[in-house]
Amino acid sequence: MTPDQPSRPFTAASFNQYLAEGKLMASRCEGCGAVHLPPRAICPACHSANLQWQEESDSATLAAFTVIYVAPSAQIALGYGREKPYLSGIVQTPGGQKISARIEGFDPLQPESIHVGAPLQRVSDSPALTYRAVTEA
Amino acid sequence: MPTTSLPRGVAIIGAGMSKFGAFPEKNSRDLFVEAYKDLLASVEKGFDPRQIESFYLGNFSSDLFEHQAHMAPLLADAVGLTPIPAARVENACASGATALRQGVMAIASGMADAVLVGGAEKMTNLPTADVTDTLAAAADMAFEISAGFTFPGFYAAIATAYMAKYGMKPEHLMNVALKNHENGALNPNAQFGVTIQKWMEGRVAAALKKGKPAPTWQTVMDFLHDDSANPMVAWPLRLFDCSPITDGASALLLVPADRAKDYTDTPIYITGSGQASDSALHDRADLTALPAAQRAAAQAYQMAGVTARDIRIAEVHDCFTIAEVVATEDLGFFAPGEGYRAAEDGVTARDGAKPINTSGGLKSKGHPVGASGVAQAVEVFKQMRGQAGARQVSGDVPLALTHNVGATGSTCLVHIYERKD
Repeated sequence: MTPDQPSRPFTAASFNQYLAEGKLMASRCEGCGAVHLPPRAICPACHSANLQWQEESDSATLAAFTVIYVAPSAQIALGYGREKPYLSGIVQTPGGQKISARIEGFDPLQPESIHVGAPLQRVSDSPALTYRAVTEA
Repeated sequence: MPTTSLPRGVAIIGAGMSKFGAFPEKNSRDLFVEAYKDLLASVEKGFDPRQIESFYLGNFSSDLFEHQAHMAPLLADAVGLTPIPAARVENACASGATALRQGVMAIASGMADAVLVGGAEKMTNLPTADVTDTLAAAADMAFEISAGFTFPGFYAAIATAYMAKYGMKPEHLMNVALKNHENGALNPNAQFGVTIQKWMEGRVAAALKKGKPAPTWQTVMDFLHDDSANPMVAWPLRLFDCSPITDGASALLLVPADRAKDYTDTPIYITGSGQASDSALHDRADLTALPAAQRAAAQAYQMAGVTARDIRIAEVHDCFTIAEVVATEDLGFFAPGEGYRAAEDGVTARDGAKPINTSGGLKSKGHPVGASGVAQAVEVFKQMRGQAGARQVSGDVPLALTHNVGATGSTCLVHIYERKD
């Protein structure tokens, strides 16, 4: 974003709009430098409301995960459930921020083979925040 | 925040609950009337309900579960207490203990001399997917549920972080479920008041009766590892790692400490109350602890002037087996990374050094969300007075604790109870 454009409001809608444009955006506090992901409108560290958007790296690591068999109705509508379990997780960016995301590229039926700390890459064309396992070449 | 003792002492003089379970013919009102009658019957010297000055109700989501909002005056009216002030408080699964804290503040401040605290939830009207959706509303819809998370999923994620950090295996969690069902089997109000051993034997008998081949489980651990008997909900959590979907209600009667003996010879005093809030799970530095629980516990211990070591028994928020493990560490009963061995080693059993969830916990007793925090206090009230029947712990219980969690710890409350005689 160029400085002469008005900043988008620090809302979930703006975050999702950026995602739809292929960008993962955090908020950065101009007062203390703290970076917030998901973005925030007020810095919890110094209470400043002077914030800027900051684009985040597409690489991350897996901080925690689960394979969900009893799905919410939104996921059931997509075909997931007992017969087709899926992964959700918490990922950590290189800057140390963590966020909840869909996780792909692991075998949901082999959860013991999935390790906390595994490297991930963001799927940049997904409307929901999604990361994929990085497989060694 | 400096935490001093309450400006005026608070005592529980009566406690009651409905049976917990699935009751197609009963709504929240019917269940609360049962809890209220059980409460009044528990006050030995009698209590005139016209003395009650205020009512706080813990209820998470009657709106979505029953399509009934504005529940507090409805329930006050059902037990004949209008026109006293009545208010519902909502803090997800911590709604019950939050209502209790409002009651404590009302008595301690001198605003009221008799307060009714209740909890109620009617969950079994909805199919499981709708219950999953309703409970999910306690999380951050925009940034957590959008990732496909469910509540079992959040706690499963905590479990994976805990396993990675401390080397716990899913089998360790099964010991928590086994222990809580051992306790719940002795609680006539429990929804699933049966040991997992008996449950397994029932499944074998049912198969034989139907002329089907008998399952080959040799031990309860075989049963708990069988995907058909104990299906996966959110890996590594299976069905028996999760508290059930429950209808139920609970109630407490609070008065100032200096008047308690007018109503009973054995009042139970609330001497510590702590509460804290927190961000969504992903925003926390450490995914294997609930900082709000640690903070609430520190406040409550300081207010009561006691330490974790002094607590004889505790009811903790075991919405999932991993939640009990984390709770017992957050409360200071065990060092971080050591709580997962406690159930296996028998330390948290009813006859162990630190009995946890003598009621059967949310796991076996059931988890009617808004009622759970109040029902925890009902259990310690009974245990401290030697009225817990077959599940009564041996010896005196001079100090007890309850721990109630909303969502993944965005709300946590801890209360400390004393018997002084």
